Amino acid sequence: MQANQNATGRRKGRSATVSRALPRAWLATALLFAAAMLLVVAPAWSQSRAFEALVNTLPEGSYSDRAAVVAAIAATGDPRALGVLESLTEGQLFKQKTGGRIVALSGVGDPSRMIDAITGEDIGPYNKGAVKKIKINNGLRRDIRSATGVLSLSSADPQARLKAAQAAFASGDPAQLEALDTAMSAESDGEVAAALAEARAVAILNSQRPTADKLAAIAVLGARGDRDAQGVLAPLRDDPELSSPVRDALETIEQRQRLWGMAQNVWYGLSLGSVLLLAAIGLAITFGVMGVINMAHGELVMLGAYTTFAVQEVIRTSAPALFDWSLLIAAPLAFVVAGGVGIAIERGVVRHLYGRPLETLLATWGISLMLQQAVRSIFGPNNREVGNPDWMSGAFEIGAMTVTWNRLWILVFALIVFAGLLTLLKRTAMGLRMRAVTQNRPMAAEMGINTGRVDALTFGLGAGIGGLAGVALSQIDNVSPNLGQSYIVDSFMVVVFGGAGNLWGALAGAFTLGVANKFLEPFAGAVLAKILVLVFIILFIQKRPRGLFALRGRAVEA
Amino acid sequence: MLRRLIDARMGLFLSVLFVVTVAVPIGNLWIAGQPVPSYVVALLGKYMTYALLAVALDLVWGYCGILSLGHGAFFALGGYAMGMHLMRQIGTRGVYGDPVLPDFMVFLNWEKLPWFWLGFDSFWFSMAMVMIVPGALAFVFGWFAFRSRVTGVYLSIITQAMTYALMLAFFRNEMGFGGNNGLTDFKDLLGFDLQSDATRAGLFVAAALALAAGLMVARFITTSKLGKVLVAVRDAESRTRFLGYRVEAFKLFVFVVSAMMAGVAGAIYTPLVGIINPGEFSPANSIEIVIWVALGGRGTLVGAAIGAILVALSRTLLTSWFPELWLFALGAMFIIVTLVLPHGVLGAVELGLAKFRRDPKLVEENP
Repeated sequence: MQANQNATGRRKGRSATVSRALPRAWLATALLFAAAMLLVVAPAWSQSRAFEALVNTLPEGSYSDRAAVVAAIAATGDPRALGVLESLTEGQLFKQKTGGRIVALSGVGDPSRMIDAITGEDIGPYNKGAVKKIKINNGLRRDIRSATGVLSLSSADPQARLKAAQAAFASGDPAQLEALDTAMSAESDGEVAAALAEARAVAILNSQRPTADKLAAIAVLGARGDRDAQGVLAPLRDDPELSSPVRDALETIEQRQRLWGMAQNVWYGLSLGSVLLLAAIGLAITFGVMGVINMAHGELVMLGAYTTFAVQEVIRTSAPALFDWSLLIAAPLAFVVAGGVGIAIERGVVRHLYGRPLETLLATWGISLMLQQAVRSIFGPNNREVGNPDWMSGAFEIGAMTVTWNRLWILVFALIVFAGLLTLLKRTAMGLRMRAVTQNRPMAAEMGINTGRVDALTFGLGAGIGGLAGVALSQIDNVSPNLGQSYIVDSFMVVVFGGAGNLWGALAGAFTLGVANKFLEPFAGAVLAKILVLVFIILFIQKRPRGLFALRGRAVEA
Repeated sequence: MLRRLIDARMGLFLSVLFVVTVAVPIGNLWIAGQPVPSYVVALLGKYMTYALLAVALDLVWGYCGILSLGHGAFFALGGYAMGMHLMRQIGTRGVYGDPVLPDFMVFLNWEKLPWFWLGFDSFWFSMAMVMIVPGALAFVFGWFAFRSRVTGVYLSIITQAMTYALMLAFFRNEMGFGGNNGLTDFKDLLGFDLQSDATRAGLFVAAALALAAGLMVARFITTSKLGKVLVAVRDAESRTRFLGYRVEAFKLFVFVVSAMMAGVAGAIYTPLVGIINPGEFSPANSIEIVIWVALGGRGTLVGAAIGAILVALSRTLLTSWFPELWLFALGAMFIIVTLVLPHGVLGAVELGLAKFRRDPKLVEENP
């Protein structure tokens, strides 16, 4: 009841400022009548009557009058209030020209039907000529939002209550204090209760409550410890009474933020590192193991991304139900497409250039230009839309840091590819042949290994892994003909930094460069961070010309 | 001396260059009806600067085995040095009419000229910078790289990283070089209006003279005793070192000379096309220079110049006739040259001639 009185008081103040003309005087009387009803008659029955009376006065007067009515409607706490106010926000509340009933569009089910806003009775199809819309402006929408916020605090759905509590936190309006107190005493859900306590703390800090209450509120916000809490506390830093506890709380928050910020940077770095690893690992095979510079590697990545696009297009048109599986379907296809192109490149061009690394570099660059133009001619020069399946979209929070699912899956995927490749090279007969040919070609041939075939397969393997990288990158980057170009310098840097010929080097290189890049970014900005990393690698190569994990032995000089 | 510098192919090339250099300005300026339109003069001038850039790369790659994938950076730095001078020459004629600050600095609310722009109002200072800045970068970069014996593919990749880093840097507005848009809207050079035909013809002649001079310098170096050491480094670096030569010093010398030559090419390029922007630093540009040299004939100097002109000409023609085909053509050029034309067009033509003349020596050298 106290809340209702408060609202009534405010309503009177507002209507007093606008009492200019006769209808307004009439309205003020109506409001007073409604308020009197509220105060005098028994609560349940009076509430419902007052609600009906208030709704019926909605079409009258100016926007500011309507704001007062809205506040009063919310204050009744009537279960129908939320629906009426939401209809009003949407501009779907009308007054019938004959009869003067207030009607609304019947929400989701059939938007062309009308219902009585108060009784919920079905009135028939929507007829534009028979009704007059109750107008609304942005100021009124804001009022409704804060009014409905308090209303949904008592909603049955915990998610709605949580949202309302968060909205109350953001608004920090001390007028909501009573509503928050009521909601807290009734709250059973722990998460919602915590959110309510925090919202209440903000409201207390904005109110005229005694210092002791405010100190408790500061403690609550200090424990919350995120940027929002910081934003609430920061203006109170110079408050004579609260200065020292606020400063302490801010200090704690900043400490916490720094730690979480560091964790977030590490995460971003690992995420960038996983992208670099995916792009570079295929290169580590062709460049590292075979000593072939494949400048077209970026374009093989691009082919993988376009394969994903094509698979999704087919799924969209013929089997939409499979969309969540699209990436799993695309991955083997991308491996085959890119691997096939890779084998064709090896048999057609690279085979003739073994032992001439600089010429290989130029020829594969030529191939990369042709692949780019081919894709541009087939798919067009613009970015193509590749969708995220459900399990790849969205994010979750750990403490104060946000982790998006797609980045997490890409990290997992990169590690799986890495482990798979390592197993293939170290544990299978094929891997054994590959390493044998790399280390001593004539001897391997003597042992009966078909070196030409092994060359083609090794190159195809590196290329296919480029295609797999393309599937992952299509989830976080623009799929355009230039996709490969943007990764080629970076992935070469990873291989050169890590040390050619060593997969572990590629792993260490990718994650080191990724994390270093993300730690430099806050100080230097994204572009400068990248430049610094490049300069660092250039200097590093002077010190260790063969990278972190250098191959030793005869093969090096060959 | 002159006989040492000018052999048959050089003589032929210089004669053709001389004829073109004389004929084009006459056709553009003095013959009624302009048989040579003004845009062709600018285009040919641009080809000449490309040719000079190719000669610079051939000097390090063809004769010393250093495959630089970052020569576009030296070219662009020379171009920027020239562009800075031209920006300072605009004076109060810019959009904002600031007598000292170029338009983009006024736009970014800069208070005064950054220190590295000081002195660029002087033509001679700028011309010195055109050579000094690329030369200094090449010196520092080469000093580190050659001393620690970074060679082959690794060197190529870090030169590429160098030009990539520079590109990213020049794209930043904070660098003070006009960011994304680069430097443009030039008005005049030494008081000559850059829009006039006469100035354009003058720049064309300057480009041709620079190309001839570049060829002579490169030829002088490669036919000297030092040039023999360079070839030895190219063919057997370790052996040369064990014979007692300071390999890194030879490499550094030729790398710096080459970078300066590229800087000069860039400096003439900028006023001819009227703009210099960070795109010139892109790694793709630098790799394209390599194909000019490879197509013309690596290690022939004249061949590099011819290759640059051939590729640039086919780019101009193809991009206007069949824009879709250009990248296919360029890509095919890379592949065909590396697979079937190891000595480039010039090598193939000379071999053909030798076979025709039944010159046993040449045929034997190129089976």
